[in-house]
Amino acid sequence: MANSNQPDGPTQVEIFRRMALLKAHDDRSRKVILAGRLVTPYYSYRGQEVIPAALSVNLTDEDYLCTIYRGIHDMLAKGLPLDLLWGEMAGRATGTCKGKGGPIHLTYPAKGIMVTTGIVGGSMPIANGLGWASLLSKDGRVAVASFGDGASNIGAFHESLNLASLWRLPVIFLCQNNRYGEHTAYAKATSVARISDRAAAYSMKGVHVDGNDPIAMYGAARDAVERARAGDGPTLIEAMTFRFHGHVFGDDDHYMDKALKAAAVAADPYPAFRKQLIAGGLASEAELAGIESSVEAALDRAVAEAFDSPFPGLDELTTDVYGASV
Amino acid sequence: MSSDPRVQPKPTSDQITITSALHQALADAMEADPKVLVLGEDVADPEGGGAGRVTKGLSTRFGEMRVRTTPISEQAIIGAAIGASLAGYKPVAEIMLMNFTAVAMDMIFNHAAKLRYMSGGQTHVPIVIRTMTGAGFSTAGQHADFLEAWFAHAAGLKVVAPSTAADAYGLLRSAIDDPDPVIFIENLPLYWVPSLRPEKGHRVPLGKARIAAEGHDVTIVTYSGMVARSLTAAKALAEQGVSAEIIDLRTISPWDQETVLTSVAKTGRCVIVHEAVGPFGAGAEIAAFLSERCFGKLKAPVRRVTAPFTPVPFTKPLESAFIPSPERIADAAVALVKGMH
Repeated sequence: MANSNQPDGPTQVEIFRRMALLKAHDDRSRKVILAGRLVTPYYSYRGQEVIPAALSVNLTDEDYLCTIYRGIHDMLAKGLPLDLLWGEMAGRATGTCKGKGGPIHLTYPAKGIMVTTGIVGGSMPIANGLGWASLLSKDGRVAVASFGDGASNIGAFHESLNLASLWRLPVIFLCQNNRYGEHTAYAKATSVARISDRAAAYSMKGVHVDGNDPIAMYGAARDAVERARAGDGPTLIEAMTFRFHGHVFGDDDHYMDKALKAAAVAADPYPAFRKQLIAGGLASEAELAGIESSVEAALDRAVAEAFDSPFPGLDELTTDVYGASV
Repeated sequence: MSSDPRVQPKPTSDQITITSALHQALADAMEADPKVLVLGEDVADPEGGGAGRVTKGLSTRFGEMRVRTTPISEQAIIGAAIGASLAGYKPVAEIMLMNFTAVAMDMIFNHAAKLRYMSGGQTHVPIVIRTMTGAGFSTAGQHADFLEAWFAHAAGLKVVAPSTAADAYGLLRSAIDDPDPVIFIENLPLYWVPSLRPEKGHRVPLGKARIAAEGHDVTIVTYSGMVARSLTAAKALAEQGVSAEIIDLRTISPWDQETVLTSVAKTGRCVIVHEAVGPFGAGAEIAAFLSERCFGKLKAPVRRVTAPFTPVPFTKPLESAFIPSPERIADAAVALVKGMH
């Protein structure tokens, strides 16, 4: 790893701050659902926080993100405000999509969050179009397509990587390999040992990285962002991680390997990075505890406000289907 | 129309073909707005300018960054169009044949059609998907289907199907102007039929039908290649003393309910003609609407003349029997007028 790709102290603390926000939001979501206050399918990303936290510190608000139903961590890291997120999760008029999209279709163009899809593979073909627009506009914007290991087996992945490579698009294909596609273990569904190897089939740079290591993940992301901005084309990043919960919150995850899961939870990257920052003298215990308590306070406010907010009026049922014809 | 769709009269000085009208609409739109893009298989000039040569000349004029030949990757084509539109561009994607839209259905139905609604109006997808189809060239089961009902069934999409050069130009310009995704259906046998040349900048509003022939005994509602066959039927009907009003819908979704209602209220009879198979098709929707909205004015049941419920066959005698003929259209109208329904 080149030294220029080593995050400095403040950047590492910022990565931690984003991880803290992401982890706290996931913990809170499951708690609120368990308490019966919220009825929604919830796709927990717990365990995968490092990836978007370390990527997003390399992006600007103008850079684009297309993500998936298990992508709230991607969006929070990219800057989706908590109050708009919780408004949407609670189906309220104050949500970012006025309650019409819900947690699996969150959208917030002000922070470059263009599409959240509930269809496996759907983020990639659209990210290519955003990348094409960046080339046409010469504005240097990078488009990130986030997806899971399962999506690397669908046709859209292959069509998208081929096109992005041909057109040298400023797109980062970010595969968060959490070892399970729905209920099926990686090896039972995927013909290659490493998804990053598939990049070679499209003459594309493929990177395999420990997605639970903030320093390594930062470096891989920074390389890919620099490559895209320099006009050197797309990158496929396979970030290795582990999904701590089942496919959808509430399933009994009996299909997950117990020992593998126990080991992954024991190696939870969140407390590990916290310890690392303190041991390295980059932050004090008090400073990190302060970050955590301010995240919790922000969540308290966002959740309370969301449940106090009105549902959309019934007129919203039939608006936003079409715009006004020119 | 000639019995062989490839044999057509040469356009007179005030006429052009539909392919020329489509080309001109794209060229004029690209000239007027640098945000208009074209992408699809073979669309650039080194590849010949598309299967119907509609885009021939555009890449030479506007450059291959705006007129991009793509791999044979329909999902990637529509995805790229959606993404570019989210960033403020107005892409016109060509899906060579309508059956190939099936490969891109996730991008069209789950994404293009729904992003405006799912985002609460924060994003929208101003793309046009040009696609060509129609039986008559022995292209058989996977290259000739009319699939307009699939798209008209999707909230968020608009569906357009011109039958003349002027409408092809005017509807394509309006579709490119439109803030939502438009499926633009072109009919292969109509491609080289000459008709009146449109003026530059001409617009045909989406959702507005055209009365192709006035009449008072029976209304024939149709679109695309079936307009000419319905007009041929109207001539035969006139010889039998039956006056048929022909409505060319031009836009299938949203369709012009007002024009159809006004006409059916006048004639009291309606035949709907389309090349697509009948069950759950546009004709079923129009017939249901008429029974809800003007039951009391109907003098006869609403009739549909459609292709049989089969795939499109290859061999000429079967293919010809598959496509609704002027005779079938006229027979249906006569049956309604003479009370033989």
